[in-house]
Amino acid sequence: MSNNNDPGRVHSRRGVLRGALAGGAAALAAPVAGAQAQSNPANLPPNVADWTKMLGEGVAARTYGKPAKYEAHIGRRDVAWLTASPQSSVSFTPLHEIDGIITPNGLCFERHHSGIAELNPADYRLMLHGLVEKPLIFTLDDIRRMPRVNRAYFCECAANSGMEWRGAQLNGCQYTHGMVHCVMYTGVPLKVLLNEAGLKSKAKWLLLEGGDSAAMTRSLPLAKALDDVLIAYRMNGEMLYPENGYPVRMVIPGWEANMWVKWLRRIEVGDRPWHTREETSKYTDLLEDGKARRFTYVMEAKSVITSPTPQAPLRHKSGFTVLSGIAWSGRGKIARVDVSLDGGRNWRTAKVDGPVWDKALTRFYYEFDWDGSELLLQSRAMDETGYVQPSKAELRKYRGVNSIYHNNGIQTWQLHKNGEVENVEVG
Amino acid sequence: MSRSVRLAALAASVVAGVVASAGMMALAQKAPAPKQTTVSKPLGIGREAKPEEIAGWDIDVRPDGQGLPPGKGTVKQGEAIYMQQCAACHGEFGESAGRWPIVAGGAGTLASHDPVKSIGSYWPYASTVIDYIRRAMPFGNAQSLSNDELYAVTAYVFYLNDVIKDESFELNENTFKTIRLPNEPNFRDDDRDTVEKALWRKHPCMTSCLPGPARVTGGARAVDVTPEQGKGPKVE
Repeated sequence: MSNNNDPGRVHSRRGVLRGALAGGAAALAAPVAGAQAQSNPANLPPNVADWTKMLGEGVAARTYGKPAKYEAHIGRRDVAWLTASPQSSVSFTPLHEIDGIITPNGLCFERHHSGIAELNPADYRLMLHGLVEKPLIFTLDDIRRMPRVNRAYFCECAANSGMEWRGAQLNGCQYTHGMVHCVMYTGVPLKVLLNEAGLKSKAKWLLLEGGDSAAMTRSLPLAKALDDVLIAYRMNGEMLYPENGYPVRMVIPGWEANMWVKWLRRIEVGDRPWHTREETSKYTDLLEDGKARRFTYVMEAKSVITSPTPQAPLRHKSGFTVLSGIAWSGRGKIARVDVSLDGGRNWRTAKVDGPVWDKALTRFYYEFDWDGSELLLQSRAMDETGYVQPSKAELRKYRGVNSIYHNNGIQTWQLHKNGEVENVEVG
Repeated sequence: MSRSVRLAALAASVVAGVVASAGMMALAQKAPAPKQTTVSKPLGIGREAKPEEIAGWDIDVRPDGQGLPPGKGTVKQGEAIYMQQCAACHGEFGESAGRWPIVAGGAGTLASHDPVKSIGSYWPYASTVIDYIRRAMPFGNAQSLSNDELYAVTAYVFYLNDVIKDESFELNENTFKTIRLPNEPNFRDDDRDTVEKALWRKHPCMTSCLPGPARVTGGARAVDVTPEQGKGPKVE
């Protein structure tokens, strides 16, 4: 058996896992997170509820608010068997528990290579050197003095859905699609910093380096750096959270999240790529013939229904039903989302609600009368370049099943008559 | 202070604040608006990085050898370091322990359905190995190896991969440039836009797109590897 710490590479372990699980009864019900709160008749009409009669906690009892205690089951989850250690691993956004297009800061998926670096902002330094006129060092205060912009972008790990290349494996959109989030960044366009140092004429590539103990590095083409790349220090108005790169991270809109270097400590300007570990041994896409694609930066148009899903089953037997989901494209705006209830035979166009922003998550809904029968739910995104999200079968025709990365194939959820949902593959 | 007095004081300070800011706004409106700075003119923010500061952080190594530190080490010297610092995770022969990344082996497997991506079978450039060990290894004790230890352990890793065959081989800035990894020719730049051009479609199919009713060919429940809250499969 091969060994590899990629989150995507799990299929060859299936046999071992099934062996390990053979002693326990297979869980037939979908793993619905958190118990449904119990109802108390004393609070229901015509009775008057406790909270209608008594004073509650005063202001500032909760100096930093958090969700209601009844929502405490909501959180990031990991899949312990995916990786060798929690320091070099992933946790997944609970997409089935949130709506709209903005991910709450505490729920953004994590991918660390050597754990969370805890930086003291007073000791934060960003070094910019290489093929520049004047090598520079910036403090956090320096960066926060600079002209800034606010932009919401999705950030998706290239290995999102990577466990699903060979077939349906994990039962929940948190696990199949939860390595994506979308927050509003506040930051400085990278070109502002480059302008401070002055690029030499031979400059063509940048090396981005993290300050964590993986000193994670990626090469970035200069054209992208001068386009829409940001050095961000805030997410949804707050300073970045430590697990998302506090105090400064890269934002590379539309491109794979591995390039969005966290805890940024150094940018070197050069004339060719560095071929670092993360752009050679990892984050390259192995094809059926044993050859591999590299520098596959763009995250292509993708969508997923987030409700109903295995972790968010339907609780009604039939009647008015809203399918909810998200769509995104690294090439620009989402132009349209279609939904199928019969496993891709027939499609209808879903309703997009809320803002449709460049390289950001876009929310869609499809409202229908459920007759209580079994359905095979799918969604299909189109972006403004005319790219149409492919079926998994189409994608496999081009790429085989060894790619790990960049699986943007159409997801199928089987809605059972009892409202439960399962991750399935259809032929 | 009674409750009403305190509230009155609060109200007074709020009013005072509003008045003060209104006055400042009036002033600001009279003054000429400051010019918006454009990106073309540097802001003059940040200070010059000193050469010794850059030297402390500039640890990257490129395939052409740019960035290689001064130093040397042999396969034999590297074996002792590898056994002490690396073998617990990566295995004595680079075969990997548990689910830690594999270092050696897997030749000829890339086109199979169980590809093994080791340094020898998959990685395209020797420089990536020394660059990565230098910045990130040993896991949990990063940037702790001396340059000589770095060359020695890198030499041993190449030896495990049959890239270096002689135990007395000394790896240094000059000999490093002779090392080539076998899989280098098998990478190509992203060509999805051309190879997969058919995925751009003006009018995607809307009705009767596939023959017959859909058939479920597999499901996650039977695979049964989804973690459940508070429990779930643990390997090892």
